Amino acid sequence: MTYETVSKIAQQGGLVYFTLIFLAGVAYALWPSHRDAFRKAASLPLEDEDLAND
Amino acid sequence: MTTHTQNPVRLLPGSELLLALVAAGGLLSILAAGFSHDHLFRLQAYVFAGAAVIFGFALTAGISGGTLKYEPDRYMDGVIRAGVIATMFWAVIGMLVGVVIACQLAWPTIFYFPEAGWLNFGRLRPLHTSGVIFAFGGNALICTSFWVVQRTCRARLAGGILPWFVFWGYQMFIALAALGYVTGITQGREYAEPEWIVDLWLTVVWVAYLLVFLGTIWKRKEPHIYVANWFYLAFIVTVAVLHLVNNAALPVGPLNHRAYSLFSGVQDALTQWWYGHNAVGFFLTAGFLGIMYYFVPKRAEKPVFSYRLSIVHFWALIFIYIWAGPHHLHYTALPQWAQTLGMTFSIMLWMPSWGGMINGLMTLSGAWDKVRTDPVIRMMVVSLAFYGMSTFEGPLMSIREVNSLSHYTDWTIGHVHSGALGWVGFISFGAIYCMVPWLWKKEKMFSNTLIEWHFWIATSGILLYIAAMWVSGIMEGLMWRAYTDQGFLAFSFIETVSAKHIEFIIRVLGGAMFLGGALIMVYNIWRTIRMPSTAPQAEARPALAAA
Repeated sequence: MTYETVSKIAQQGGLVYFTLIFLAGVAYALWPSHRDAFRKAASLPLEDEDLAND
Repeated sequence: MTTHTQNPVRLLPGSELLLALVAAGGLLSILAAGFSHDHLFRLQAYVFAGAAVIFGFALTAGISGGTLKYEPDRYMDGVIRAGVIATMFWAVIGMLVGVVIACQLAWPTIFYFPEAGWLNFGRLRPLHTSGVIFAFGGNALICTSFWVVQRTCRARLAGGILPWFVFWGYQMFIALAALGYVTGITQGREYAEPEWIVDLWLTVVWVAYLLVFLGTIWKRKEPHIYVANWFYLAFIVTVAVLHLVNNAALPVGPLNHRAYSLFSGVQDALTQWWYGHNAVGFFLTAGFLGIMYYFVPKRAEKPVFSYRLSIVHFWALIFIYIWAGPHHLHYTALPQWAQTLGMTFSIMLWMPSWGGMINGLMTLSGAWDKVRTDPVIRMMVVSLAFYGMSTFEGPLMSIREVNSLSHYTDWTIGHVHSGALGWVGFISFGAIYCMVPWLWKKEKMFSNTLIEWHFWIATSGILLYIAAMWVSGIMEGLMWRAYTDQGFLAFSFIETVSAKHIEFIIRVLGGAMFLGGALIMVYNIWRTIRMPSTAPQAEARPALAAA
């Protein structure tokens, strides 16, 4: 394998790979069924009683 | 060991094992010191041995005295209290050294000590940068991450005695690095000056930190992993990768302090700035965004403005930051396409940065009155404003043509300080002002007025500092490129230095004001700790471990 082959695979494959997982992250964030879970998560810092009070 | 079975107090798991390791490590250090012919290596070995003796005694006392209690049904907060104190201690040291070296630049004839080489600018400057970034910032990140991961996972810190090892091991790293800088041990890599033995020690501590953090997430009771923990985890994992690659080096010998990098030439330069810029991106940004995503909603008593935006913010930030490093190497031997790549990604970074800033600021929707009444909220808002400003300035300065003016000038120093004092400093101060009353079970901080004083003195100090550096930076940049009619340089180098004298004095003043604010905060925290506790029934049990 030459340097050119390796760099071509790394550059083009990397572009596709990174784009896909970034889009997966965005899809996860915007997925409609996650709306309620995220609404609850947004106020997670506000509800922290002591662990002993469970 | 014998008292262990009779005593109802359960010891933190791993305490005896750690004591054995400390004893073995101390013995090994003494042997290493004895066999080494390199006096700087011996110095480091003696520090390890001395620390082993101190920690050996402290651990023995903790084990036999029952202070290292294991209470699985309670959060582990003793190590966070210790972390808050360490954060403020190093803040004062790091900022004080900063004021000293600013004085050395402003009055080089007065603050020059030819008979005390360890006090020279070249030795103290890394002490200042590491002191504020790794000692102050690092301790702030470790102690806030321990607070946030426990509360948002609803689980006690994992790993038994390990969080205490992370805390003291990290202080050891700082002490060894600092001692190295003043005695002349440095590998000369920006923000990564410690040599191989200290690098290895930090690797051990950092892996322990990662295990504690992951272990706590692993046993969480809250099914969702809160976004602040994602930022903290990105910070821990990426810093580990950066540290290992950038410090890949071959020691001269097993008992020699010096090592040589495995990289050379332009590859070495690129590695250093891949590390250097991501130290900014993942240490000084991702980690402190973790602080922001917990403490801003908490203090404002409002949910995060948009949780969806926080997820997109996270992924966009970590995807883009990792490519931005080459903008430090414009007009160098680095190929032009690589410079352009770094520049392009730096400009793209503007968007996720401002997404995060907007998300933080808009969390205050419906609570804007608190900016007027609560100086801690105001500190966080100003912190986010500085974050927004410096993440706009950064992409601007990364553009090759702008960089041709700004690079190597004080503009860079001003930019770094608007991020470090404004964003990192203020968000850390804000988080600590929140945590101190929670950790020491007080109703509130000792004095709100003193927080007001801290806020206004420090904010004015930052403004003086960065305004002076903008002026001196752009001035010297223009002077360096000024030509006469005959095509000669219009100014000698020393003329461009002496032209900055007034700005250097303003910088001393601004830095001293920022330090003064931190000293007010130390006094306020000390008085808060000495206040009578609120002590509701649920909190009647003694706190865990001596801090």
